[in-house]
Amino acid sequence: MIRIEGLHKSFAGKPVLAGVDLAVGQGESLCVIGQSGTGKSVLLKCILGLTAPDAGQILWQGRPLDRATRPAFLDRFGMLFQGAALFDSVTVWQNVAFRLRQRMPDAQARAIAVEKLARVGLGPETADLMPAELSGGMAKRAGLARAIADDPAVIFFDEPTTGLDPIRARRINDLIRGIVTETGATAITITHDMDSVRAIGDRVALLQEGRIAWDGPVAQMHDAVPLAAFLGHASGRRDTNAT
Amino acid sequence: MNPVRLTGRAALSLTRGIGAVALFTARGLFRLRPFYGRAFGAQLVQIGWLSLPVVGLTALFTGAALALQIHSGGARFQASDVVPAIVAIGMVRELGPVLGGLMVAARVASSIAAEIGTMKVTEQIDALVTLSTDPMRWLVTPRLWAAMLTVPALVAVGDIIGILGGWLVGTQSLGFNSAGYLANSRAYLESWDVVSGLLKGAAFGLIVAVCGCWFGIHSGRGAAGVGRATKSAVVAAAVAILAANFVLTGLFFE
Repeated sequence: MIRIEGLHKSFAGKPVLAGVDLAVGQGESLCVIGQSGTGKSVLLKCILGLTAPDAGQILWQGRPLDRATRPAFLDRFGMLFQGAALFDSVTVWQNVAFRLRQRMPDAQARAIAVEKLARVGLGPETADLMPAELSGGMAKRAGLARAIADDPAVIFFDEPTTGLDPIRARRINDLIRGIVTETGATAITITHDMDSVRAIGDRVALLQEGRIAWDGPVAQMHDAVPLAAFLGHASGRRDTNAT
Repeated sequence: MNPVRLTGRAALSLTRGIGAVALFTARGLFRLRPFYGRAFGAQLVQIGWLSLPVVGLTALFTGAALALQIHSGGARFQASDVVPAIVAIGMVRELGPVLGGLMVAARVASSIAAEIGTMKVTEQIDALVTLSTDPMRWLVTPRLWAAMLTVPALVAVGDIIGILGGWLVGTQSLGFNSAGYLANSRAYLESWDVVSGLLKGAAFGLIVAVCGCWFGIHSGRGAAGVGRATKSAVVAAAVAILAANFVLTGLFFE
């Protein structure tokens, strides 16, 4: 469904992506892992069209994503941002129904927004709150509701559990897994959190030094040599956080 | 470094900057479809309606102070009775648009830059893109048009309040007759005085919104980046308003 071919991107002469090749099939859940600064966010921005790659291409349903095809891609796309990225100036339901309000009456858009909020475990009383009134976990859920509001075919999750305590992180992971399974959407998750990988992913790809160093099923990741260093780093960091 | 090269680099950088701002302004003004009516309505209130108190108070005190100054200065050459005409012309042609523009710059350019800058650093602008919404059309276009339409209206209200400030001082402490003061104000005021002031208001509104949006969208990372963007937006808007006022005054009255 999404294929990335030979993607290169440098900043000030420093290569960040050095030939990324990756494919995600329809209904598949792929987790992209990698240490900080390995280009995960740049990869995401290239797919969204926020950063132009120096070379390579991204194909969606066999067609290259460019100025002409990207709007249709974005119409079928949902995203949960690391910090939720809810719009401060409008209420929670208006955030969730942001895209819906552009093509349907407010009452109808609100009803869908309340339904999606319920799906992520937020009651109707949160609909009229402002984003500043939500806790971190609630904001993440509201962001998730916005990501799925328009029944997207592709959903991106950018560090979905960052900043959450382990209990809330597990709830968000379970929610994401449930939503991905229910909707049959293609999911791409960028994360450092190996618990997220285990909970959400069907496949995992390790981004290292600007390339995909390993790509395979989650069940096989502990046997993969290139992943050993990263897994050691990730578990070491988690131990540090726990103390 | 070679001073010629340094000057050349500075000139190129300045030209590139002016070109980039001009393109940004053109894109902001003319990318009208789809037009986000709700966002435009909210900006009419934010930029226009909510600026009314500060513009009104500024005009009131300016008109009052101007009346006192003209009266005491005019007394030196027996011309104290020109107070109504000078207050009216001064307010409508110059002080109404310039001070109104500066007050809106202080209130609005800072708030636009801070809001858009915060949206940028918290990925809200990226979120707009993922929701199939062009940030230029949703954030910039409504603000540019709202500022360009509401600042002339604010200037018009400011002109009236400023003249009333002068009238208040003239009739309460300078011994002018109320009806005579108002008649004198009207008699010397020409329609071009009013129209030129309103045109200046539209230009200053555009400057304020462009500076706020430009520095907001190009804000650096973190709180410090947003702080710098806010400060730069206000300073740039204020200087650009004063420079544009000089140019427009030359165009309109020379």
